[in-house]
Amino acid sequence: MLTFINYRYVVKCKVSYSIETCNVTCFASLSLSSVSWLLFSGFRERNTYFHYWLLSSCKSISSIHHIMDLNQKRTRMVDRVDSVDPDLVSPESTPMCPFPDEVLEPVLSLINSHKDRSSVSLVCKDWYNAERWSRRHVFIGNCYSVSPEIVVGRFPKIRSVTLKGKPRFSDFNLVPEDWGADVYPWLSVLAKAYPFLEELRLKRMAVSDESLEFLAMNFPEFKALSLLSCDGFSTDGLKAIATHCRNLAELDIQENGIDDLGGDWLSCFPETLTTLQVLNFASLNSEVNFNDLEKLVTRCKSLRVLKVNRTINLDQLQKLLLRAPQLTELGTGTFTQDLVTRPVADLEATFGSCKNLLTISGLWDTNSLYLPVIYPACASLTFLNLSCAALRSFELAMLLIHCKSLRRLWVLDTVGDMGLEAVGSWCPLLEELRVFPADPFEQENVAGVTESGFVAVSRGCPKLHYVLYFCHQMTNAAVATVVQNCPGFTHFRLCIMNLGQPDYVTNEPMDEAFGAVVRTCPNLQRLAVSGLLTDLTFEYIGKYAKNLEILSVAFAGSSDLGLKYVLGGCPRLRKLEIRDCPFGNAALLSGLTKYESMRSLWMSACNLTMNGCRVLAKEMPRLNVEVMKDEDSEDSQAHKVYIYRTVAGPRRDAPPFVLTL
Amino acid sequence: MSVPLEHDYIGLSDASSLERSTESSNINVFTLKATELSLGLPGFGKNSEENAKFGPVVKNYMSGAKRGFSDVNFNGSGPSGKWALNGGSEADLCRGVNCVFEKNQTSSSDVKPVEEEKKGPVKAQVVGWPPIRSFRKNTMATNLPKSGDVAEANLGSGECLYVKVSMDGAPYLRKIDLKIYRNYAELSTALEKMFSCFTLGQCTSNGIKGRDGLTESKLKDLLHGSECVLTYEDKDGDWMLVGDVPWEMFIDSCKRLRITKGSEAIGLAPRSTAKCKNRN
Repeated sequence: MLTFINYRYVVKCKVSYSIETCNVTCFASLSLSSVSWLLFSGFRERNTYFHYWLLSSCKSISSIHHIMDLNQKRTRMVDRVDSVDPDLVSPESTPMCPFPDEVLEPVLSLINSHKDRSSVSLVCKDWYNAERWSRRHVFIGNCYSVSPEIVVGRFPKIRSVTLKGKPRFSDFNLVPEDWGADVYPWLSVLAKAYPFLEELRLKRMAVSDESLEFLAMNFPEFKALSLLSCDGFSTDGLKAIATHCRNLAELDIQENGIDDLGGDWLSCFPETLTTLQVLNFASLNSEVNFNDLEKLVTRCKSLRVLKVNRTINLDQLQKLLLRAPQLTELGTGTFTQDLVTRPVADLEATFGSCKNLLTISGLWDTNSLYLPVIYPACASLTFLNLSCAALRSFELAMLLIHCKSLRRLWVLDTVGDMGLEAVGSWCPLLEELRVFPADPFEQENVAGVTESGFVAVSRGCPKLHYVLYFCHQMTNAAVATVVQNCPGFTHFRLCIMNLGQPDYVTNEPMDEAFGAVVRTCPNLQRLAVSGLLTDLTFEYIGKYAKNLEILSVAFAGSSDLGLKYVLGGCPRLRKLEIRDCPFGNAALLSGLTKYESMRSLWMSACNLTMNGCRVLAKEMPRLNVEVMKDEDSEDSQAHKVYIYRTVAGPRRDAPPFVLTL
Repeated sequence: MSVPLEHDYIGLSDASSLERSTESSNINVFTLKATELSLGLPGFGKNSEENAKFGPVVKNYMSGAKRGFSDVNFNGSGPSGKWALNGGSEADLCRGVNCVFEKNQTSSSDVKPVEEEKKGPVKAQVVGWPPIRSFRKNTMATNLPKSGDVAEANLGSGECLYVKVSMDGAPYLRKIDLKIYRNYAELSTALEKMFSCFTLGQCTSNGIKGRDGLTESKLKDLLHGSECVLTYEDKDGDWMLVGDVPWEMFIDSCKRLRITKGSEAIGLAPRSTAKCKNRN
């Protein structure tokens, strides 16, 4: 497991280390990203210089594989650190020596990335232990891959948990209700092990009101709750959180299947609560009591993120902004009004006084009269979310002239290709673009965006590395041009909404488009393909997409070969989701050895049979091979298959329609 | 067209309702099958010849479509409510249904159900495609510019403005969503469609039955002529003449609508005609 990679140089840094306070400060240059050595030197007294390389500063932490202990070479107590003679530090010679935990733990506590921590924990037993004691945040990408008991057994001092549940295609109604991912079993274990838990972030979990009440009552230090794409709860659960969490700093409710019974949950925040920093209720529909909201915003001086829902009108928004000029992220309510009680200039001035705004979202119903009031706040904006505002091209163009610092932009396709040309003209620093369809189910007489808008953006925004693009037509040539202009793509998600749509100019499949993407973009991590695609696309992907981690495929491919290519290539693949493709058992079984290195595989409406899945389950006991039975499909077909690695064994809470083979 | 298609949205004709109920299951079967064959997947039917060379691909789309269609949800009302087919044997029924679909594909103006104002065949949607989160679908549906498409507007939850419309002499009232119209002309057209059956035989205007029977000018005659006047009750409870104020102000203050006729209208009608002619 321990392998030695090339070393470049040793970072010399001056470190002051105080035994009493366990503070570690480092003055080293933190910009080196390819250092692969970690050098420790022994020490006991203060004022001894030691070679220290702060793990948190190194981006390629996973390349630290070998550690040298220079105990044998005590350094002198000087103001200057000697350079290390590379000949003396040979990789094979020095055995591992135990390091004092007081050194290791503070260093490791500075590492936040869970991937880095994973690598650190693999070094040796001492490091494994130091790491598990110093970890404060645990990220669980698939709630069924591990049991809560195992988690609390390994990590004794967690203060923050992130949990993800259902497969992503549940967002598009492909996963039946009551599938699982209930958070309650987790909460009951966490309450015993981590009574001082502060943060809980859930994505695609089933959350009930009881769970929220349990959370509110059993974690006295609870500070931050974030619910994204969860379902099963109502505003009553929010009432419990608001009422009982005395130290609440963050309440972030996004895009959930929530039963909105009314807005009185907001009035449940006690008068004594002043710690709120993040409040996002943009996706709730009911009206809240504005007086209570205004008082809440006034007394929470650290509030930096406020995203209100559509029921908040412009007058109310103005009042809120005057109370909270320190906001960095703002989500407005409805951004138009019929009866003008205050002149537009007033609103504009208010926006001008918000000097710290980095993000604006919401902007429902806005139009040419009211949108310009945000211009004074646009110069420093880095993220503009216009996906709820059906802007036309000229409205977008007029707005973007003021947004020269923009890095991320989300729009509806009502802006058209001309709007995207404006993006290319005015936003040279743009890194992320998402274009959503205003009318996704309209198939005739559609406007929207085309390939020319895409190319226009790529021309003007060379730093673009994340794109999500919904359109009705595309060409291979356009995509090739886009990736040539922007070879730095990390996330390329193209959705040609008409199923099986070829290149509309040449009538050929879109194979060459995605071939260009994977060939030209070496850093590609995430890819979603669409349009008419044959196995050639997958041959390209398997061959060239060396860094690909997430792949989404729908209505594509011609035969088993397609999936075989992908499973045979793509060494870094973690998540693969496939629907309605002609891939069968042979293809599934060709990836036998790969699935344990992946988080999950989803295949629905393909050509899998129960027998094929049984073979897989038999060969790979550490995978959960789950088939969701449909009433309509025949017994031998495996209509929906979800495969994932796990150390927790088969699910004990599976509903009757989920068969674990 | 061998089977005459009668479009009667006020009430389904008694004669055919019985047949429809017994044969509704057959209609469903034929509907789905016909949908599969003649509509295909969106964007697909056009290139069917070119796509023939991608044989297995084509097949798979079809088979994929088959699975998808088990979850198909048709826009607007269900199949059994859409086509009021007059009697006939089962064979006629098949032909009728096939004719319906052929017509749907080519020119759907004749078969247009009244609930949808725009043309278009029944849209068979594949579950979960395009991959948009339902949260976003609802947000965008309520945000669309007023296109007059009732089906889309109904997806959203917040932005409807339903007002009752009563017509003197009509047995029951109607309810319309004012937000889906952009101006008085669209409102007039919609009201005309709704109430045409009641006005026939009661007004001196033409008595042609059917959707396209009444043009806008005839409607104006109808509604603003000596016989009928369109009025609305505003926020203060007063009855006002429709057409005086800008459209935006109108939909803000309108609480209910009333089409008055006969003696009550006499005082207003001549002036209103003149006014409306000026305005329009």
